[in-house]
Amino acid sequence: MCETCGCNITSGNQSIAQQVIKGTTAVTVLKNLLAKNDDQAAHNRQHFDKYRLLAINLMSSPGSGKTALLEATIDALSDKYRIGVIEGDLETENDAIRIRAKGVPAYQITTGTACHLDAHMVHDALHHFPLDGLDLLFIENVGNLVCPASFNLGQHLNATLLSVTEGDDKPVKYPVVFRAANVVLVTKSDFLPVLEDFSVERAELNLRNLASIAPVIQLSARRNLGLQTWFDWLSNELAKQRARISKGESARSKTQSDDVRLSLRST
Amino acid sequence: MHELSVCQSLIDQVEQIALDHGSKCVASVSLKVGPLSGVEPTLLQHAYPYASAGTVAAESKLVIELAPLRVSCEVCGCETEAQLNWLVCGACGDCHTKLVSGDEMTLMRVELITLKDMNNV
Ligand SMILES: Nc1nc2c(ncn2[C@@H]2O[C@H](COP(=O)(O)OP(=O)(O)O)[C@@H](O)[C@H]2O)c(=O)[nH]1
Ligand SMILES: [Mg+2]
Ligand SMILES: [Zn+2]
Ligand SMILES: [Zn+2]
Ligand SMILES: [Zn+2]
Repeated sequence: MCETCGCNITSGNQSIAQQVIKGTTAVTVLKNLLAKNDDQAAHNRQHFDKYRLLAINLMSSPGSGKTALLEATIDALSDKYRIGVIEGDLETENDAIRIRAKGVPAYQITTGTACHLDAHMVHDALHHFPLDGLDLLFIENVGNLVCPASFNLGQHLNATLLSVTEGDDKPVKYPVVFRAANVVLVTKSDFLPVLEDFSVERAELNLRNLASIAPVIQLSARRNLGLQTWFDWLSNELAKQRARISKGESARSKTQSDDVRLSLRST
Repeated sequence: MHELSVCQSLIDQVEQIALDHGSKCVASVSLKVGPLSGVEPTLLQHAYPYASAGTVAAESKLVIELAPLRVSCEVCGCETEAQLNWLVCGACGDCHTKLVSGDEMTLMRVELITLKDMNNV
């Protein structure tokens, strides 16, 4: 009797067959639940590396200033670098329109009701988007401090934004997204003088308690404060990425789903 | 609610494993999930019946084992227990630690009902 194709189960004996089954076969797997997304993310990273660009995923709550930061970054750096933006924040084209108004290519992913981007959505976007000649590619993720942190998109680095109006305890409440950050940007710093209870030091301490050594940059995109530190960080990271690419290496972001180390250890 | 996406991805893997082993029915699926994985075990449990409906895993049980939070210190070398918002070294207090366990969301085991098992009954 054939043991693999199931031809010995007919509709007549199926229910009996399933009732009498006692034995089972246990298959050990040890794979990340999002293995498929991770494979797609690795493929996306190959696209990015082929064009020697640096891909940065921006994560924050809705309204923390991701698009405003991109606008200010484009204003300051578009003479020096070629910038592209993949917008995933909302179903509307609003953010993409704001970016295109600055003369920079922007592709809007329409996530519909999705609460995060995944690697497949970004891959679809890549095939509608000229990567050739870009230096910096920003991916503005859906405004959400929970879900985006679980899905690797193939980005090299994560920037997590925390606006001062949200409170300095956000890292305590959302450890996963703040631990994933390669840089934490404390945005809307122009509000600091009128906000008595936000302490940048305390926000940083909360981050350090998560065992994160990511730099914290305080800035205001609208009032042009502290932006130079962010631009220097970008230039520095782009140079580091180019050096890695020249040596045939690449960077992997710290997004949780990318971390296969533990799957391998947990035997 | 990204737990539904995570569950759908899980079911894709389980379906492939069942196919590879010639099984038409999955008895149980075991995961190991850490507190820093970004997924909530209870939300995974809620999403599982929706993701598995109409698949080989439709009748299966989802078993979730919780992984402990442990860090190892790059400064003093100690491995200590940690908490969700307190991931510094438990011995020397330094923040240069690496997570040893706690951010995994791993498919550990799939229990399949296969024809071989049926023949053995
Ligand atoms: N005062 C002030 N307002 C800002 C700053 N950055 C953004 N905003 C405002 O915050 C709101 C949300 O910003 P936006 O960039 O759309 O946030 P996003 O949802 O994260 O992309 C807008 O009204 C911005 O004008 C800033 O640095 N200072
Ligand atoms: Mg936006
Ligand atoms: Zn491709
Ligand atoms: Zn969600
Ligand atoms: Zn220590």
